[in-house]
Amino acid sequence: MTFTLQIEDLALSRGGRRLFSGLSLRMEPGQACAITGANGSGKTSLLRAVAGLCAVDSGRIAFGDADPASAQASSLHLLGHLDGLKASRTASEELAFWTGWQGGTPSAMAAAVRRLDLYRLLDLEVRRLSAGQRRRLALARLLSAPRPLWLLDEPLSPLDARWRAEAQEIMAGHLSGGGLILAAVHDPLPLAALALEITA
Amino acid sequence: MAIAWGRGGGLMVTGGFFAGATLLLPLASGPEPERLAQIAPGAAWTVLALSALLGLERLFERDFEDGALDLMAHAGLALEFTCALKCLGHWLATGAPLALLAPVAAIALGASPALAPLLFACALAGGLAFAFTGGIGAALSLGARRGGLLTAVIVLPLFVPPVIFGGGALDAFTAGLPWRAGFALLGAYAAAAVALGPLAMAAACRNALS
Repeated sequence: MTFTLQIEDLALSRGGRRLFSGLSLRMEPGQACAITGANGSGKTSLLRAVAGLCAVDSGRIAFGDADPASAQASSLHLLGHLDGLKASRTASEELAFWTGWQGGTPSAMAAAVRRLDLYRLLDLEVRRLSAGQRRRLALARLLSAPRPLWLLDEPLSPLDARWRAEAQEIMAGHLSGGGLILAAVHDPLPLAALALEITA
Repeated sequence: MAIAWGRGGGLMVTGGFFAGATLLLPLASGPEPERLAQIAPGAAWTVLALSALLGLERLFERDFEDGALDLMAHAGLALEFTCALKCLGHWLATGAPLALLAPVAAIALGASPALAPLLFACALAGGLAFAFTGGIGAALSLGARRGGLLTAVIVLPLFVPPVIFGGGALDAFTAGLPWRAGFALLGAYAAAAVALGPLAMAAACRNALS
């Protein structure tokens, strides 16, 4: 089954302040969309709304013919500023926990560890990892449980030049496999086919 | 997995508090064995309820702060089920060991050893009620500064019925009266908390996240 995303005439507000209204977007398999906008314009809120974590004022978010609740539960990944990794547990414990939680397989997890070169970090507590290493661990979570839609919030920001290039390759691989990427970015995303600018 | 996530290294703190409070009680109230023996079951029971409060604050807060609750809310299991698992993990990690400690503490204070099985059973059922009603308070206070204080204020009224039922059963047993009614009420309260608590917790978590 192909997975698509439709956002129609969406309006969102946070803390009583209207962020945006009339936002529409259609995404087909293999497409990426870069969301840009000023700080506080609602990029993160849009991603959270698509993930079903915050309520919308009006408009519609749909995933093709799929039931929205089950699509949100099993067909999308959300990678935000807060990566949900416990500082006091080791990288391998955390990755194994989330892989199990999100329905991934051990072999996919091993492949993700290889792809993101995490072998030497697995025994370290998450608190010992640098911001970039943490982000690589969080990216490994996307690969260890395959899901069609990736919602990424500033995915490249803590990464160095080498890993930015690698992460873009990983994203390109996801797209070529029919996946979708909706990413909030400040720097342009070279592989994005669509662009969405949020203005008040 | 959920068990490991439910506890935040809370056992040492909770168990230590429980042991400390039991130790201080004879020092504060005087060491006369008769008086101590009289209040021993009630004291063990009260200290148990207070100990249950300690780890609650961290039940959801750490997951909320580091974003793990986001991922749990949208992915995998229903949030209600996740909350129930977290409370169950909290109970297994702190409530169950405390249930083992409670009879020991009561006997050390001079209660009759015959009371131990009932106290253990009360502590198990009561711990379940404390964990699941406490989870509601922990979830409601998410995002608030000084959430621990708010948790305690929300949760204490909910702790009153199980404390009364359990304490009543223990008193009745000591006095040789029928104790089954109090214990049954305690069990019923625990069952209701386990059934309804997760719904309230999930709603409170969703509210905090949105």
